[in-house]
Amino acid sequence: MSTNNYDDNYKLDNQSTGSPVHWPTNHLIPYTLHLADNSLILGHRNSEWCGHGPILEQDIALTNIALDLVGQARYLYQYAAKLINENPEATHFSFDVEAVTEDTLAYFRDNRQFKNCLLVEQPNGDWAQTVLRQFLFSAYQFPLYNALQKSTDKELAAIAEKAIKEVSYHLRWSGEWIIRMGDGTAESHHRLTQAFDELWMYTGELFIPSEEEKSLLANGISADLREVKEFWMGKVEQVFTNANLPLSHIRDQKATVFQKGGKEGKHSEWLGYILAEMQFVQRAYPGCEW
Amino acid sequence: MSEQNAQNSWPLWEVFIRSRQGLDHKHVGSLHAADAAMAIENARDVYTRRMEGVSIWVVESKHMHASNPDDAPMLYDPANDKIYRHPTFYDLPDELKHI
Repeated sequence: MSTNNYDDNYKLDNQSTGSPVHWPTNHLIPYTLHLADNSLILGHRNSEWCGHGPILEQDIALTNIALDLVGQARYLYQYAAKLINENPEATHFSFDVEAVTEDTLAYFRDNRQFKNCLLVEQPNGDWAQTVLRQFLFSAYQFPLYNALQKSTDKELAAIAEKAIKEVSYHLRWSGEWIIRMGDGTAESHHRLTQAFDELWMYTGELFIPSEEEKSLLANGISADLREVKEFWMGKVEQVFTNANLPLSHIRDQKATVFQKGGKEGKHSEWLGYILAEMQFVQRAYPGCEW
Repeated sequence: MSEQNAQNSWPLWEVFIRSRQGLDHKHVGSLHAADAAMAIENARDVYTRRMEGVSIWVVESKHMHASNPDDAPMLYDPANDKIYRHPTFYDLPDELKHI
């Protein structure tokens, strides 16, 4: 990477350039990036707790989860990079590099090109907010990877099969914390309900399929978000019941105005700050190694 | 309840891990947790990060009882010179040598 003019690096082309032969790749690349971005951004958010956890064991637990998520992101970015390098006409953006790598995708895309959902970029807040964010996301990621294990895309299926064991643990760990806090002291319950008020509006987006997801579903490549939502609703209701949290918002989906736009690159202002921290070193010293 | 109090009121647990090739659980350390489920998860997070084990036992430290090191001479020395307690003073028939 030699240019300092970031605009030159991204030629954002909203028009699909692929012929029908490239059509699955046209959508497969942004879909893979969407999956990777979710894991990377949440992994990064969790890593911000490193050294700041309320208790040693939980500091380790959360940073372990962060490592799991970043590991998933790496596999997915590597796959996306391979697809981009093999199909230069199918991509919607280009980079000023010989060959795109996982690092290019993680560190040299800007805000509008990230496809993570809004939930994962929300701030850590206190322990209750971090754990609730994890639970709401893991309850979505588990059935998602479960479905992707049967994807007709062998690479995605293999990544999902490996990742689902990690996500099973994330779901158990976070679910138990929700119950502990919800059914705990007055303070823990209060903090959890405040976290709920902060995060709930971002959960709707998880189940709205992007254009890519819809067309890939026809090929059996992507996961069906309707099935994912069914699992999610059941799991959330079950845990919230044990945590003495209100169920009315789950049952009455129309009561909430859900925020969305992350999958299309329209993010909350938080992502800008995340990327500034995460990408600074690579952008300041491109290609540096240590 | 302040965080300091909360940490002090979580009981201490002793952790035992069995490695993949092992037959017995070995003591690897201790940690704080609010209950048994959390203790096992904490042990998984803290003591199996580098594939140290495939099975976890946790016991609250208050349930561990240990012998007093000061009693060691009284408890263990007398066995040193009672070799007749070892099963090594008879000849095994040939048929049994490969049990």
